[in-house]
Amino acid sequence: MSEPIIELVDLTKKYRLFTAVDHINLTVRKGEIFGFLGPNGAGKSTTILMMLGLTEPTEGSVRVCGIDPERQPLGVKRRVGYLPEDVGFYDNRDGVFNLIYTARLNSIPEDEAKTRALELLQLVGLEDAGKKNAGQYSRGMRQRLGLADVLIKNPEIAILDEPTSGIDPQGVKSFLNLILKLRDEHGLTVLFSSHNLHQVEEVCDRVAIFNSGKLQAVGDIEALSNQVFGESGHNLEEIYNCFFEGGTEQ
Amino acid sequence: MMNVNITAISRKLFNNNSEKSPYSMSLNRKKVQHPFWVMVSKEISDQVRSWRFIILVALIALTCLASVYTALTQFPKSAGAKSSEDIFFFLKLFTLSDGTLPSFTVFISFLGPLLGLSLGFDAINSEMNRGTLSRILSQPIYRDYIINAKFLAALSVVSFLFVTLGLLVVGAGLIFLGIPPTVDELWRVIFFVLLSIVYVAFWLNLSIFFSIIFRQPATSALAGIAVWIFFSIFYNMIIQLIAKGIAPQQIYSEQQAVNFQNFVLNLMRLNPSQLFSDATVTLLMPSVRSLGALTMAQVEGAIPTPLPLGQSLLMVWPQVTGLVAGTIVLFAISYYLFMRREVRSR
Repeated sequence: MSEPIIELVDLTKKYRLFTAVDHINLTVRKGEIFGFLGPNGAGKSTTILMMLGLTEPTEGSVRVCGIDPERQPLGVKRRVGYLPEDVGFYDNRDGVFNLIYTARLNSIPEDEAKTRALELLQLVGLEDAGKKNAGQYSRGMRQRLGLADVLIKNPEIAILDEPTSGIDPQGVKSFLNLILKLRDEHGLTVLFSSHNLHQVEEVCDRVAIFNSGKLQAVGDIEALSNQVFGESGHNLEEIYNCFFEGGTEQ
Repeated sequence: MMNVNITAISRKLFNNNSEKSPYSMSLNRKKVQHPFWVMVSKEISDQVRSWRFIILVALIALTCLASVYTALTQFPKSAGAKSSEDIFFFLKLFTLSDGTLPSFTVFISFLGPLLGLSLGFDAINSEMNRGTLSRILSQPIYRDYIINAKFLAALSVVSFLFVTLGLLVVGAGLIFLGIPPTVDELWRVIFFVLLSIVYVAFWLNLSIFFSIIFRQPATSALAGIAVWIFFSIFYNMIIQLIAKGIAPQQIYSEQQAVNFQNFVLNLMRLNPSQLFSDATVTLLMPSVRSLGALTMAQVEGAIPTPLPLGQSLLMVWPQVTGLVAGTIVLFAISYYLFMRREVRSR
């Protein structure tokens, strides 16, 4: 396989008494679509924040594109696009303005930013809503705008936290297709955190299952199936449920 | 719906996704505005477009116009009086009042805090509540750009407003009085405008501070207004009470009385608006020779003439330093809190 692009070594984050992330070791390779799975509060988002240098690890180290996000946060943020969970935009400005603003924060010249913004809106299916104020967007439209916002800086890695929530089924399908296409044609690495096991199974090359700050398992579906059931052929849902003892996750 | 021609568009968009982002190269090719200035200009346009700013500007412009108008109507009466202040005729535009409406400076000292508070009370918490903070922070900018840009944007809006107001008043004076200000007077006006900007900056920083510690914009606005009301109404009352409590039973010497007076005055000066009014009075009324009580020995031999500009400035220097220091301390605390805050989505 190709070279590693994200490396986490013994990564730990403690909040006073509570350990949110507990000694995680993980490697994501270039051009991979990697799934983060786990119940709420399992430490997925905290891990993501540490990758971006938005919060400092208590212990351990992070390397993203070979850079330490703690020491050179700008180098990482230049290469990584992050779509937070329930992303927000400047409600009193239109979609195009929001995209251009992000582009200009990335030092993209204004005219270039404008053409890119319009093309990306078309790409995510918002070409008719570009001039509407972001405040009038529905949840799904915000999510699509968020994807455009991630892509406008032409990242090497896209970190998507719950990207498909609120999007209609048809939209999810083209969203997932778009991710696959970007990976196949442009070598984009995607980190994809989701509660929807079917979507994860559909697009992800490998997954990591988190539970209460610990990494339960890492690998492709085949390997996980072998690890859990001792045989291949089980789907992600069965594997996942096995970790959480019939947890009601669907 | 996402279109079928995704391939075409995406190929166009990401055609050279090499190791280096193409934009690192475009930086050299073309002069690109620095992200910090992009943020500042966005914040300025946000401020100027907002309704609360329009309302406040209308409020301030109206009251100032009214006070200048009353000052102008008072001019004929005061012009007759022969006092040492008469050479500083022009400055009276800012300080005259007919008793019904406060003077320009009083209005600024009263409404300035409101302006500062309203420009900053939702600076950080609204970004947090809208979920834009984590998105912006994941762009290649330093975290302090956000708070610096917000402060700088609001400050430049305030500066623009006050310079405009100052020029308007000077202009009105020129038209209606027909007497140009002297160089000394002009400098005094300029220093007054600068001082007003610093004064509003203090309140601006206070409200930014509240916007960091309180998550709800309504709470932080209320906290700011509470501090403002405390200082403009209750603080002086409390000082009066304290003064009464600690007043000496019997005054044995002149020195003792002066010391007591100065002690009470110094307590009053913990109030930023007291600092501001001390400083404006000295700047705009050159005949003011001291801001505290003086003993007879100190006054002896003094000639009752207005002070030169340098001396007036020297006298208000502690006040100005105090205001600037307060502003900086508040900003430093806000900065520290903001840099340490963990930013999660909503």
